[in-house]
Amino acid sequence: MIQENCRIVDHSQLAPRYFKIVFSSDHIAKTARPGQFVNIRVSNELTPLLRRPLSIHQSDPEKGTFTLLYETIGYGTELLSKKLVGSELNILGPLGNGFEVVNDIALLVAGGMGIAPLGFLAREAIKSKKDVYCFIGAKNEGLVLCEEGLKSLGAKVTVATEDGSRGEKGLVTHSLEKFLKDFRLTIDGKRLTIYACGPRPMLKAVAAIAAQNNFECRVSMEAYLACGIGACKGCAVDTIEGYRMVCKDGPVFDAKGIKWE
Amino acid sequence: MGIEIAGIKMKNPVMVASGTFGFGEEYSELYDLNRLGAIVTKSVTLLPREGNPPPRIVETPAGMLNSIGLQNDGLKVFLEKHLPYLSKFTVPVIVNVAGETLDEYVDVVKALSKENRVDGIELNISCPNVKKGCMAFGIDPKLTEELVKAAKKASKKPIIVKLSPNVTDITVIAKAAEKAGADALSLINTIMGMAIDIKTKKPKLAMITGGLSGPAIKPIAVRMVWQVAQAVKVPVIGIGGIMTAEDAYEFMLAGASAVQVGTANFVDIESPLKIIEGLKKYI
Repeated sequence: MIQENCRIVDHSQLAPRYFKIVFSSDHIAKTARPGQFVNIRVSNELTPLLRRPLSIHQSDPEKGTFTLLYETIGYGTELLSKKLVGSELNILGPLGNGFEVVNDIALLVAGGMGIAPLGFLAREAIKSKKDVYCFIGAKNEGLVLCEEGLKSLGAKVTVATEDGSRGEKGLVTHSLEKFLKDFRLTIDGKRLTIYACGPRPMLKAVAAIAAQNNFECRVSMEAYLACGIGACKGCAVDTIEGYRMVCKDGPVFDAKGIKWE
Repeated sequence: MGIEIAGIKMKNPVMVASGTFGFGEEYSELYDLNRLGAIVTKSVTLLPREGNPPPRIVETPAGMLNSIGLQNDGLKVFLEKHLPYLSKFTVPVIVNVAGETLDEYVDVVKALSKENRVDGIELNISCPNVKKGCMAFGIDPKLTEELVKAAKKASKKPIIVKLSPNVTDITVIAKAAEKAGADALSLINTIMGMAIDIKTKKPKLAMITGGLSGPAIKPIAVRMVWQVAQAVKVPVIGIGGIMTAEDAYEFMLAGASAVQVGTANFVDIESPLKIIEGLKKYI
């Protein structure tokens, strides 16, 4: 973990509210793990005051760069989207626990911008010779991210859009359920873990599907953050062991431990 | 830059404020804690407290609302784990203490008073986010006086009393604390506030109200420090939205002998260090 000024080396718009930004930082590029995030100061003014936490989508230790995907959802991310290549932003990171890939089969479920940390995870899991299945859920075709990239890495990709403009029509959780019905018979003793990131209702549904099938499931949770390093106790998530901090104990949690209600 | 407040010798007049710095562990990975004037710990209560349900924080213009609810592991874990960690450093440690009852405060103060590594105690009588105790003591001059008297009796360490801005006349409470023997006063704690999401028509914090901090509250804090500094003889420590050395100096011009940096720790990890460096121009 380090706080430093990082130069923007690339910044592009992927969809009406989706952006990709690449920063230069040897330290973050070399130490980041899938599932971790950075806390970015998007402005030196007093409003917005707090940093904005964004998941790391990719890191390139050789080039010394790391990539974020983000959606503009408010004033802070709007400001970020206007930053020019060559300018510098103050970044704290890498933060959080990250995912651990342990089993033979990794089943990744992304809702919307939830693909951001899962893209990084897919890459690392494939590197360590795991079977990777990706389920990408989006509102419509224009908002489907990373499909080609993940396919070219060797992941088996299923896309679901709510309006049916690409892939299966409906929620990504329905595609997951359908897939598991047949797939669970073919696993044949291999162990499987589901990794999910997306809106809370989606995570809750994925957690329920995992529980029904007796699969392990890790979810990346979201909360408003202040410090980002575990000091302020602001980003609590309710678990069966009591309140845990998204920034330090998470953002990745065992889905069984989350109190979803 | 060196200063002595309530008998505590500090390298410089810049401390980190309670609740924004944990027990120093997280920040020690990022810089040398010994560069600070003092560390004021997160509130320690007699028994562990799990804190309030989420959402606990929300950003507001030039500030933030929080309702953490004094989440901490309690006195026992503080003494076994957090205080020994701080023993690796030489920076003065001021332990912030909160409680629901007078007896709870006294029990914690008594235990802390025996610890060599504790240089001072800050009584939190100003947290607006818990149902019982705490701010209830800080908005009533009689209760303030009783509590500070009891704490002074139980403690060999200096007692700093952290005042609430959520009162009609802060000088009344300040004088009550001074009369009871407070060695110094620190102010202000957060100002009670509220934010509503107009889309869902629901409060943005689970506990509905929270404490406002950050630059948004600085003019109120400067005004209160100015009022209190004139009303009492004990040293005053200024807190409230300090982001820069200029902000810190403004508090000193209002009568503060030292300052605490709070919300700025979330914005820039190095804020206290930059403030210490920047203050050299002014003092």
